[in-house]
Amino acid sequence: MVLTRENAVNLTLAVLLLAVPLAASALGQPFYITLATRIAILALAALGLNLALGLGGMVSFGHAAFFGIGGYAAGILASHALSGEPLLFDLSGTAQMPIIWLVAVIAAGLVALAIGALSLRTSGVYFIMITLAFAQMVYYFAISWPAYGGEDGLSIAVRNQFPGTNTMRPLNFFFVAYAVLLAGIGLFALIRASRFGAALVATRQNEIRVAALGIDPYRIRLAGFVISAMITALAGALYADLNRFVSPSMLAWHMSGELIVLIILGGTGRLFGPLAGAALYVAFEFALGGLTERWQFFLGLILLGVVLFARGGLLGLLAGKTKHG
Amino acid sequence: MTISLALEQLLNGIQLGVMLFLMSAGLTLIFGVMGLINLAHGSLYMVGAFACAAVAALTGSFWLGLVASLACAAAAGAIVELLVIRRLYDRDHLDQVLATFALILIFSEGTRWLFGSFPLYLDIPPLLQGAVALPGDATYPVYRLAIIAVGALVALGLYLLIGKTRLGMRIRAGESDREMIGALGVDIRTLYTLVFALGSALAGLAGAIVGPLQSVQVGMGEPVLILAFVVIVIGGIGSIKGALIGALLVGITDTLGRLLLPQLLTLFMDPSQAGMIGGAAASMLIYVVMAVILSVKPRGLFPPAHA
Repeated sequence: MVLTRENAVNLTLAVLLLAVPLAASALGQPFYITLATRIAILALAALGLNLALGLGGMVSFGHAAFFGIGGYAAGILASHALSGEPLLFDLSGTAQMPIIWLVAVIAAGLVALAIGALSLRTSGVYFIMITLAFAQMVYYFAISWPAYGGEDGLSIAVRNQFPGTNTMRPLNFFFVAYAVLLAGIGLFALIRASRFGAALVATRQNEIRVAALGIDPYRIRLAGFVISAMITALAGALYADLNRFVSPSMLAWHMSGELIVLIILGGTGRLFGPLAGAALYVAFEFALGGLTERWQFFLGLILLGVVLFARGGLLGLLAGKTKHG
Repeated sequence: MTISLALEQLLNGIQLGVMLFLMSAGLTLIFGVMGLINLAHGSLYMVGAFACAAVAALTGSFWLGLVASLACAAAAGAIVELLVIRRLYDRDHLDQVLATFALILIFSEGTRWLFGSFPLYLDIPPLLQGAVALPGDATYPVYRLAIIAVGALVALGLYLLIGKTRLGMRIRAGESDREMIGALGVDIRTLYTLVFALGSALAGLAGAIVGPLQSVQVGMGEPVLILAFVVIVIGGIGSIKGALIGALLVGITDTLGRLLLPQLLTLFMDPSQAGMIGGAAASMLIYVVMAVILSVKPRGLFPPAHA
């Protein structure tokens, strides 16, 4: 890897995210560990969306659906593991994170396949509105289905386990989230460099040329959308474990908006954009939230300023413009 | 289930549809003319409702409140257009989504700042209190019928405005070719501000007339906004006729679905389960309708010819 300015910024971000909780742990400030874990998980969720939005140019306003499905997978499996009631037929619940993640990813992938197959028949504004509408459908379903808490949500009594570590300790859980985030970033880089990634980027840049090359843009986009949803769902499962609670608010359209905001704050389509955006967002929330309970008002103003005047986001500011794309 | 209950729910569905039409007409007009997706449309609905409730509480007159809601929403729309929206017309949809999402945050927190977190209440004006008799011993509130009448009047007014007046001609010209009508000497910037203010006023009106039926609170615009999206996606973005038909379809489907689906399911399962599954299914029904329509006509029922 060549040490370009962007790589240097990326490396700094990754090291900082690791250093903060270690320092916080040494100083006996567990709150900052939770904050860093939140950053890592939100970054992973936005990283998933970035695959669809940044690479494929699909402005999905419905990724909260996948985030929430991941969260509910963790919540539902854990509640069945606790109560001992079988989930379906003879299948029981589980408190093992790897199995939960697998279920979350598969469930979200299937839902994304259905939503994407329909939504990708359209483009532009239609796509934005339809993904929003389908996510809202999932949201209303979660609210009106009483078996798993309905509107009140579902608590996870004991954080789910990861083999070989005690996840109830905040620092250990941070390491799990951080490792998954790094793996996610690695996967994103691999995909971006692959033939599939090139085709995905090309569908955004010029659909007609892609079709002329004999590649079906619809199938490329659909595959990109599904993978994107799966990564976001994995983040959702972790987020539920972080809060030990999952509720329909994870599925709400505000969440979808926030995920897009994270990407834009960091820099669209960039490898570390989501991490930069999530760090900035959580820092805003923490700093402004400490000053005023009306922090969302100021967040709105800042966001408006970024969209109107600072297109590249934080990474655009720190690492310069992208060369192409 | 009796005929009168079905009739009552049908009227409720039409009333919901009419309210959605007021919202989606502005949304679809703004998209049709300026090519802008405006998430903050729900905030203008909220502004209308709060203006009406505040002025009605101050003066004791719902009608003054109604005037205030139109004025405030139109003014808020015009200001937002001048300050923010006009910088977004030649940006991509992602920027428009984000900037108007930011506007929602600003509007919602700003309103909470001004009015506090507690909901306000609006009374039905004395003139429209009471109920009319329906066939089969049932009654129906006059106020809800009045909403349906307002919606019909607005639909007629929009039809005349767009089809028969000079302003309407310019709006139609703006929909088919923005640059050309600018080149022909029409002041396109003023036209855009006017269209945006008109759409905002319609959203404000919707908020104000729904005020007496539900509580006036921050965030009230968002569920309506998403339903309005469903409406214009079904109707075809940019088409007012599509918005009218889509709105009635969504309103009636949603209301009757909530009534009929649980009852239909009791034929197959026990009532408590039918209520649970039927309720959950009914809340998803309009989205299923949308999916079905889109799989047949991906650009909605009445796609604009030129797009």
